[in-house]
Amino acid sequence: MSDWYRDMTNSAVLGGLTRRLGLPRPAVLRRHTPGDPLLTGPALVVAAGTGPLVAAVSDLLRADGAEVRFEADGERLAAVVLDATGAETPAELEEVRTALGPALRRLAPSGRVVILGRPPVEADGPTAAATRQALVGIARSVAKEARGGATANLIQVSDGAEDALASTLRFFLSGRSAYVSGQVVRVSPAEVPDAADPTTPHAGRVAVVTGAARGIGASIAETLARDGATVICVDIPAQGQALSTVANRIGGTALQLDITAADAPARLAEHVVERHGGADVIVHNAGITRDKLLANMDEARWASVIAVNLEAQLRINAALLETAGALKENARIVCVSSMSGIAGNRGQVNYAASKAGVIGLVEATAPLLRERGATINAVAPGFIETEMTAAMPFGTREVGRRINSLSQGGLPVDVAETIGWLAQTASAGVTGQTVRVCGQSLLGA
Amino acid sequence: MAPRRAAVVGGNRIPFARSNGPYAHAANQDMLTAALDGLVSRFGLAGERLGEVAAGAVLKHSRDFNLTREAVLGSALAPSTPAYDVQQACGTGLEAAILVANKIALGQLDSGIAGGVDTTSDAPIAVNERLRQALLAANRAKSTGARLAALARIRPNHLVPEIPRNSEPRTGMSMGDHAAATALRWQVTREDQDALTVTSHHRLAAAYDRGFFDDLLTPYLGLNRDQNLRPDSSLEKLATLKPVFGRGEGATMTAANSTPLTDGASAVLLASDEWAADHGLPVLAHFVDAETAAVDYVHGEEGLLMAPAYAVPRLLARNGLTLQDFDFYEIHEAFASQVLSTLAAWESPEFCKEKLGLDAPLGSIDRAKLNVNGSSLAAGHPFAATGGRIVATLAKLLAERGSGRGLISICAAGGQGVVAILEAAK
Ligand SMILES: NC(=O)c1ccc[n+]([C@@H]2O[C@H](COP(=O)([O-])OP(=O)(O)OC[C@H]3O[C@@H](n4cnc5c(N)ncnc54)[C@H](O)[C@@H]3O)[C@@H](O)[C@H]2O)c1
Repeated sequence: MSDWYRDMTNSAVLGGLTRRLGLPRPAVLRRHTPGDPLLTGPALVVAAGTGPLVAAVSDLLRADGAEVRFEADGERLAAVVLDATGAETPAELEEVRTALGPALRRLAPSGRVVILGRPPVEADGPTAAATRQALVGIARSVAKEARGGATANLIQVSDGAEDALASTLRFFLSGRSAYVSGQVVRVSPAEVPDAADPTTPHAGRVAVVTGAARGIGASIAETLARDGATVICVDIPAQGQALSTVANRIGGTALQLDITAADAPARLAEHVVERHGGADVIVHNAGITRDKLLANMDEARWASVIAVNLEAQLRINAALLETAGALKENARIVCVSSMSGIAGNRGQVNYAASKAGVIGLVEATAPLLRERGATINAVAPGFIETEMTAAMPFGTREVGRRINSLSQGGLPVDVAETIGWLAQTASAGVTGQTVRVCGQSLLGA
Repeated sequence: MAPRRAAVVGGNRIPFARSNGPYAHAANQDMLTAALDGLVSRFGLAGERLGEVAAGAVLKHSRDFNLTREAVLGSALAPSTPAYDVQQACGTGLEAAILVANKIALGQLDSGIAGGVDTTSDAPIAVNERLRQALLAANRAKSTGARLAALARIRPNHLVPEIPRNSEPRTGMSMGDHAAATALRWQVTREDQDALTVTSHHRLAAAYDRGFFDDLLTPYLGLNRDQNLRPDSSLEKLATLKPVFGRGEGATMTAANSTPLTDGASAVLLASDEWAADHGLPVLAHFVDAETAAVDYVHGEEGLLMAPAYAVPRLLARNGLTLQDFDFYEIHEAFASQVLSTLAAWESPEFCKEKLGLDAPLGSIDRAKLNVNGSSLAAGHPFAATGGRIVATLAKLLAERGSGRGLISICAAGGQGVVAILEAAK
């Protein structure tokens, strides 16, 4: 589905008109294609407080081929990284104003602002906690002030988690995080397995993607395969023809399975063990909507949404955990929630229940996986351009697209790239969290 | 050194459609490619070079002279996978599987696909023989005048095309009328035929309902199940139908207890055990042995579709087995009467003595083991695709059971029969 409004405002003639009328001008976002550098220009690394991570961050940026600056000298910046992990008093936040403020003006289109802080819950007293929490407000506001497709996000790095930071920092700097803005992600101490090549982080790994025949699921399968994974594409038998096409295009396999069937979890577990010797990545993407106001909701609508979107995920996880060898060491589970699960939505009580349930599932399952070195997280997509959203009435669709900081809908690949990051072995320090892929939507924010 | 046994790794088919139904505009090549692609995605073979693909069609356009190779080139398989066409009427699919299995057994191949496809919707239409002769003469002519003279011989009635018919060239009789004669000879009743038909529909429907076909079938052009399947088929409904083959009092064969014209395609993945293990693919069953037979139906010595009755005893003898040594019998239901005539022949002491030269009849089989997931009466019968459907179905049945042996029997036009034995993988 094309975004006619974004295309129009970016055209030579009409673009000038929309600017003079003061209409929002959604930018064409920088998205990752294989071979792209991490950044398209120099990165400024600044600190608020002592800046204990400045050196490590600079090394990482240079290792990825980026130029690092410590002072803005008027050139366009592809990214600004603010290390505020050393800031423990409100006074130290003044440096946010002096260091970050001027740099924002120099931010190139699709620029990146990444703020590093510490988790408030781990703070030593109210002063430090308040300072750390202030960074949340800063990141979310900067994300709203950013222009030209730029994003701003906060990474809360736990004490001792510095070595687990790389994959998350890379994600937020790269074109892979195009539609993720205003988010807070926490990195906890974790043993990061031997570094995979960051350009093909999933090489040699086996991934299961449910609902892979079309839409976001097909994009997830393609993205994981592009980054090296062998993908088992799962969808209902009726979608078999499309599923087979996706699987063959990416050199994966097709498994026709209704995930709500009584024997589906066992069949899936058996399949991954028998055919692949276990799975490294499970992506619970299959989902349905059966909208009706609660007062008019029938039993079938209610039950089917809960069954596909929530119960199937719970049952499959349980089966994979119980079946010896089904989940490999350092396994990664990523669930697809939804903005509706966070904000709620009229006519979607059943859907919101299922998607909020997924967030609870993820939080409660994370501790169970820790000893295996495995993680579980969720992504909550906002307005994503798919067949589902293309079917919306024009007005609803236009509003849905525009009420976010990037003034446009996301693409399936934006959800897929976010899942790809969470699914990396290098993302061991991120677990139990829900990351929104919504262009910083106003809904549920 | 004893030859190794070829493994059946799995299969794939598209749902079978009734003639001029959802696949009316699909060509043989389209359907065979779809069947191959579904197989490739099921087993993760995209871009892989297999030993070979052998497949065929009974009704084939002359432009499809290299049908299987063209389908391979259009599929997700590596273009370096060789392919060839096979044709043995309705035995095509099974014969293709035997060919590939034998090459694997001999060590000439490590992997291969056997398949088949047929369409009665997109059937080839030939030009009238006199028109063809006139055009060929014009083509041979050296001068413009001679060419015009040749073309001038064309008459309006020469333009009537020849549409292929389901009839035997040497008798001019339809296959159904041949089968009706055999049914009369074996005194197969209408009730027995209808009962076999209803059972076929009910069993196929039950197999679908329990997800048996989830990993044997890939939907195509919006069709998810065999279009011919009638889950609510009943003896009462079938009893109302008028016979369509045979004549008068003794006519028992209806449109329901005969297979309808059908479009569809199937493919089976065969390999050595080593190849399967290297690819992390479990083996469902092994090919044990196969036999073909032919009968002289032209001079009335035997019924057109009775060749399997001769092939099976030869196969049993070679393998030291009795007819009762099987856990599954897959007897292709070209017509309900064909299955019942064959069973009657094996039970007949006089047939077994006089025609087969046996001291005792082969005996009867446990009907609970016959076509346990339905067969062609319910699924339909796109001629060359039936063999692949049966091989994959039987292999999966054996894998589910975990042990045992199955017999396949397929009758074919021209008085031929192709039969084979599969055994569960150990
Ligand atoms: N499109 C959006 O804007 C958006 C927003 C938020 C969340 N999401 C979520 O993203 C996920 C993908 O959405 P989409 O837009 O690509 O939807 P989609 O309908 O295009 O694709 C969903 C796929 O899941 C499959 N599926 C449904 N039930 C299944 C079952 N029982 N077993 C196996 N597969 C089954 C479907 O056949 C389909 O192929 C869903 O979980 C959805 O709730 C989408």
